Amino acid sequence: MSIALQVEKLNKHFHEPEDFHVLHDISFSVNKGEFVPVIGKSGCGKSTLLYLLSTLDTNYDGKIIINGTKVTGKSQNELARFRNENIGFVFQFHFLLPEFTALENVMLAALKLGRLSKTEIEEHALDKLKQLQMDGFAHKLSTKLSGGQQQRVAIARALINDPVMIMADEPTGNLDSGNTKIVFDIFRELSRNKGITVLTVTHDLDFAKHADRVIEMIDGRII
Amino acid sequence: MNMPILLPLRKSSAMNVDTLIARRHLMANKKQTLVAMLGVTFGIAMFILMISFMVGVNQFMEDTMLSSVPDIHIYNDIKTDYSASIAKDYYKNKNTLIAVYHPKPKQIALNIKNADGIINDLKTEKGIDAVSPMISTQVFYSYGPVQINGYINGVNIMEESRLYDLAGKMTDGIPENLLTSDRGIIMGHGLADKLNLKMGDMVTLATPTGTTMRCRVVGLFKIGMSAIDNIRSYVNLADAQQLMGRDKSYITDIDIKLRDNTLATEKSIAFTKKYNYKAEDWQTANSSITASNIVRDTLTMVVSITLLVVAGFGIYNIMNMTIKNKMKDIAILKAQGFAGKDIVQIFLSQSVFIGLLGAISGLILGFLLSFALSRVPFPKNDFVALNFFPVIFRPSHYLFGLVFGVITPFIAGLMPSLKASKIDPVIILRG
Repeated sequence: MSIALQVEKLNKHFHEPEDFHVLHDISFSVNKGEFVPVIGKSGCGKSTLLYLLSTLDTNYDGKIIINGTKVTGKSQNELARFRNENIGFVFQFHFLLPEFTALENVMLAALKLGRLSKTEIEEHALDKLKQLQMDGFAHKLSTKLSGGQQQRVAIARALINDPVMIMADEPTGNLDSGNTKIVFDIFRELSRNKGITVLTVTHDLDFAKHADRVIEMIDGRII
Repeated sequence: MNMPILLPLRKSSAMNVDTLIARRHLMANKKQTLVAMLGVTFGIAMFILMISFMVGVNQFMEDTMLSSVPDIHIYNDIKTDYSASIAKDYYKNKNTLIAVYHPKPKQIALNIKNADGIINDLKTEKGIDAVSPMISTQVFYSYGPVQINGYINGVNIMEESRLYDLAGKMTDGIPENLLTSDRGIIMGHGLADKLNLKMGDMVTLATPTGTTMRCRVVGLFKIGMSAIDNIRSYVNLADAQQLMGRDKSYITDIDIKLRDNTLATEKSIAFTKKYNYKAEDWQTANSSITASNIVRDTLTMVVSITLLVVAGFGIYNIMNMTIKNKMKDIAILKAQGFAGKDIVQIFLSQSVFIGLLGAISGLILGFLLSFALSRVPFPKNDFVALNFFPVIFRPSHYLFGLVFGVITPFIAGLMPSLKASKIDPVIILRG
């Protein structure tokens, strides 16, 4: 099995309000198609770790390799392009753009990538929405959807460019148990059948119980 | 086996997505967009109105001035140097100090010697449109018991007409009447009114030296400045010479019209040197008008720029507010792979669009206001001949307004946009 994510000796400090060593010598790797929840108490650094891995936060020591590409040391513009092609994001809050419909929200990142024509992208985006049973709401404004629906659209958005990885920060934090189950099943399905690596920070132990493998963190270290 | 498929990049959709987002933002906040736009609209409209009016006034002043002042005026200036005395000749070669106390000015002929030669020489000069020789004298106009003080100009009427476009300023008759009549006179409109003279009436001219002449009114003109219309008349050069008891070669002034009146200053300096008579350009003769033109131009610029800067601050504020409201959107766009320059493009294009739309509607509004002003009757008075407010429509003003209307929002939008591109998505996405 090929390695999707490799992390070597990751160290991170917060300098404000006072120097704080958040992550201590973190090294691990994740295979392609693995579904890996990251769990741990509040403040253990699991979210911080996720944002380092997602390339959004570049202020760290160590090395991160995603899908065979060393992302450490790349410029902001290169990283933006890299994220666009390779990483899908899901957050606790859906962060859908309020001026756009569900379908358009899904399409934006693909339009940015510019690899397909607009009609192809639209087709593609509808497929993704269908996958999440959201195709019936494609032309609704994102603000007109319920919380669970919004989160499903957000997941479809994360999938639009067929990323190698999905990084999720508390994706079920705002959802009831029914919707949580749906999101969990989707992630599961993506990793099993599509070979997408899913890395998700979560509080939900149920969520973690059924995963292939769990990364648990305490005080900035993996145990 | 998992080779990335290299499809041709379709740049267009990647470029369009930024403008798509910008367009949605603008459409989502129509009211806010409109308010920002109106700031620019009014700024540009006022700029167009002010500059059209001010330049119109400047042009009117210049036209009025040039209708009575030649581009270059050559004349024999009265010398005020009375220090020379024939006593010097009498006592020459003796060690004597000669001082004449308070001499009286001697009689000097104010004519230009060899005027014909100078005129012929001027006519061969390049860049000269018309040369008009003239003599001028003070006279009393009398009609019945009324006597009014004024001036007559003895001119070659065809040349004079070319200089000042007299044909266009005649209220009665034509300039040529002077040539076809014996002792004709073309009179200022105001002067004729005071004397109650009509076309064909006889008027008596009397010079300070006592000579008189009866002339027939063959034309009336109105230049638009009471200082001229109320005192000046034209007669033939020969008639004026006769009235003054001078010979045919007696010329006191030569008026010149140039093809390009901006060259007047340098030409006048050259003529002074060449002919050894005083040559005065129109700017010097009317320096007060030139100065007030500069004052008006400066005022226009200051007010216009102020208006546009205020509009610019309006846009700056609104863009700042928009960006503050859109922090989450910016963060998620950045996470999804929109680079800093995309964010700048999204917000800057909104600002420039506001500017462009504002500028265009401002130009239209400015044009309409200027047009309306140009139709407003000017309050009647005796000093200026104006039927409507003077307004000038010049494409360069509109072009300048457009350029400025785009540049101001560009600068105003640049700072907030750059700030937006520097937003750290992590802080916002973590909540």
